[in-house]
Amino acid sequence: MMTNPGNKVTQGQFSFLPDLTDEQISAQIKYALKNHWAVSVEYTDDPHPRNTYWEMYGNPMFDLKDPAGILLEVNNCRNALPNMYVRVTAFDSTKGWEAPRMSFIVNRPPNEPGFRLLRQERDGRSQGYSIVPYATDRPEGERS
Amino acid sequence: MLDAIAKGTAAPDESVDLQAEFEASNIDEVMDKLDRELVGLKPIKTRIREIAALLLVDRLRRKFGLTSGAPTLHMNFTGNPGTGKTTVALRMAEILHRLGYVREGHMVAVTRDDLVGQYVGHTAPKTREVIKRAMGGVLFIDEAYYLYKPENERDYGQESIEILLQCMENNRDDLVVILAGYKNKMDRFFDSNPGMRSRIAHHLDFPDYGVSELKSIAEIMLGEQNYRLSEAAAKALEEYLPIRMRLPHFSNARSVRNGLDRARLRQANRLFASRNRVLTKTDLITIEESDIRGSRVFAEGKLEGEPETKAR
Ligand SMILES: Nc1ncnc2c1ncn2[C@@H]1O[C@H](COP(=O)(O)OP(=O)(O)OP(=O)(O)O)[C@@H](O)[C@H]1O
Ligand SMILES: [Mg+2]
Repeated sequence: MMTNPGNKVTQGQFSFLPDLTDEQISAQIKYALKNHWAVSVEYTDDPHPRNTYWEMYGNPMFDLKDPAGILLEVNNCRNALPNMYVRVTAFDSTKGWEAPRMSFIVNRPPNEPGFRLLRQERDGRSQGYSIVPYATDRPEGERS
Repeated sequence: MLDAIAKGTAAPDESVDLQAEFEASNIDEVMDKLDRELVGLKPIKTRIREIAALLLVDRLRRKFGLTSGAPTLHMNFTGNPGTGKTTVALRMAEILHRLGYVREGHMVAVTRDDLVGQYVGHTAPKTREVIKRAMGGVLFIDEAYYLYKPENERDYGQESIEILLQCMENNRDDLVVILAGYKNKMDRFFDSNPGMRSRIAHHLDFPDYGVSELKSIAEIMLGEQNYRLSEAAAKALEEYLPIRMRLPHFSNARSVRNGLDRARLRQANRLFASRNRVLTKTDLITIEESDIRGSRVFAEGKLEGEPETKAR
């Protein structure tokens, strides 16, 4: 895994960059608010790329004019769940879109063990592959 | 740089900068608008000028690296109904925005119901929601004393007050809180909530308007709506106002607005009654004496005893 030292999970925007500062996060949120997207804070301890629906931290935030309120929730979530992945998602409710327009990670566990590669023997000597996050080795609720 | 200022060598630059800063903020324009559109309110306007000056100087000081921490600007507006508290709060949001003190300059106006919940655990998220919406602007809490109900020990209002206190302290850069209400109730509220009093930097008391001020307000309101008073109607209004002021439920500028709305109604009725004749533009914009004198206020004001009907 020398291509990704530290096994940093890369998904959503900016995930190949160094972690965003609060100021940079505010600037991104400001852009979302300018476009009237509803911004929410979400968290999970399962970084599998197919784990699409993360838990919501508080309610989605509508009618905000300023990023400070959302940054407040980002920091509340980081403090409450320092060992989880936390992301900010901006949802566009305009007809035709009705989808997240932005999503980026704002908190990671201090230690990211990465993924185990599973090989499966199939008929005719073919080989199936899948990945499992080491982070989910223990049952939900017992992971720290 | 700091040294240079301490020695006073930068003094000439400083005066040039203040002028430039003043012009860049466009604050003059807002102040003029305030003077033009709001009648009277001398002490309020003076205080707003002082705050503007403070913020401009503060901005200059920051340019020289002189920090003093952003000044606290939470305010308390007291005064009788219709003295312009809500109107001034809106202006304040705009002024603070122009001076760069708040980032967006919008105002979120709330009362107890928007902040306090119905059951355990409902209040905190509700209050936080409102605070988040107001961030970058002004949070205006009308009749703030209803947040505190001493007769009910379990009242959720206290919880809301505590969250507000916390954010007024920690999020001073993010929002300005303006409380508003009647003077004596507000005073009692602060007596029981010293923490709130100590976080408020400016206590502004809105005076009641005099007859001549109310008349000017009436003229401004009519002008905004493209109406004007005939000479006789203006005289009638001068008689109307002192009588209205003595009647119950008088609420300063709001009573004027309501009185004028009814005068417009009578004007429309009068024009409608004479619809067989051709109307000119002058007819359409002029409030005549009879439109004012038709008010019940004249009849009720003449009875010296308390009229039992509401003169609304
Ligand atoms: N000085 C003034 N000049 C012109 N119009 C005014 C002035 N003061 C108030 N008004 C007008 O009077 C009306 C009532 O004012 P406002 O709602 O600000 O009063 P208030 O003090 O908030 O009253 P309340 O305590 O009942 O909420 C508004 O329509 C406003 O435009
Ligand atoms: Mg009001």
